Amino acid sequence: MQHHSHEEAVRLAYYGLKMLAVVTVIEVIISLFGKGYLGWEEAYYLTWVHYVAGTIIIVLSLYKAYFIVFHFMHLGLETKTMTRTVLLPLLLLIFAIIAFLWEGSYWHGNRSYILQQDQLQSERVVPDISPSLESERIKNIH
Amino acid sequence: MAEKLLTEVSKDQTINEDWSGGTPPMKASFGKLMMWYFLLSDAFTFCGFLIAYGALRLSVPTWPVPDFVFQSFPGGFTNMPLIFVTVMSFVLIASSVTMVRAVQEGKRENRKGVVFWLTLTVIGGFTFLGCQAYEWYNLIAVENMTIFENPFGTHTVDGIYLDENGAQQEAFRAGDSYLVHKVDGEWHFRDFQITSGEDSGKIAREAMGPQTFGSLFFCITGFHGFHVSIGVLLLIIATINSASGLYDRKKTQYETVEKIGLYWHFVDLVWVFVFLVFYLL
Repeated sequence: MQHHSHEEAVRLAYYGLKMLAVVTVIEVIISLFGKGYLGWEEAYYLTWVHYVAGTIIIVLSLYKAYFIVFHFMHLGLETKTMTRTVLLPLLLLIFAIIAFLWEGSYWHGNRSYILQQDQLQSERVVPDISPSLESERIKNIH
Repeated sequence: MAEKLLTEVSKDQTINEDWSGGTPPMKASFGKLMMWYFLLSDAFTFCGFLIAYGALRLSVPTWPVPDFVFQSFPGGFTNMPLIFVTVMSFVLIASSVTMVRAVQEGKRENRKGVVFWLTLTVIGGFTFLGCQAYEWYNLIAVENMTIFENPFGTHTVDGIYLDENGAQQEAFRAGDSYLVHKVDGEWHFRDFQITSGEDSGKIAREAMGPQTFGSLFFCITGFHGFHVSIGVLLLIIATINSASGLYDRKKTQYETVEKIGLYWHFVDLVWVFVFLVFYLL
């Protein structure tokens, strides 16, 4: 267990303030850029931009989380055993995230399949329909 | 023999220091360790929420774009994507840092310093809750999103909007967002002509966005806001107790402030991930 002097600890706190603020701003800028707000509008329609921007943002967020846990909550100053008892159970989440996101995509596939089958039987888009009938139909759906 | 030992222990009030077993396990006090384990369990609760969000988001073809949904700023400003939530994040980060300072002053047994920094933290907590109240108000009262209905939709095809007479208006692309407005208490869906894909040339109508967006948003940010409220309450209690000099007289000194500090940082930590999945991705 190492101890910081008071002055060192205070400096670390203000460093944390600056660092977290700057990283948050960078994240927001990358996110806005990826959604086509900052100059390059075409970026929003490109899937790979979303993946690249998303990966960078996730890594930056994980770094923020690490900093908060180890320096603000002082988990780095506790004994190794205690750090492990807190952090190791979180490894289960790796499984949970993979499993449930996989499941979510599967639901999506199922839904698309059902929609496709429905469209084969009845057109979802009806060109010659009076507006009153159409609004009735939408009311029934919702 | 054992009974006698236990009474001696409780008389000495050393149970907090060494759990009455000689050396404290993992060199941490009982309260602090249990706070960590509580936070661990709470982390799983939040992860359950966020993973459900991820699964449901992937289960629908489109999802509301956060930069379109969260673009209002107090004072009637719109078209300012993510600016207001960034301010909210700053408020929470700043209050987390003032909490760190309060714990540091507590270690030095500087009562005035603790009270000062705790008060700033309470103000930060209230500011965050106020911001969240504005955000919720805007979504519920102005944009008509509830946990059952979500008017934020995304186009899956290119098209051109048509007015009542069938005249062509502005064009849009697949992936563009729209907000269904309420006119006289009724949803007003606009018609458009599809200009891409198999159905090109046909007329279609806007529909509501994925329903789960509203319920997930209100449940997750609501649960986080609930944690912030509890944190503010604990902070107020700690501020009053520090100001009264209670912690100076206690054997464990300012450890309560440290434990509440752990909780408060956890709230900030959760916001990092809520901010990530709801607003940034």
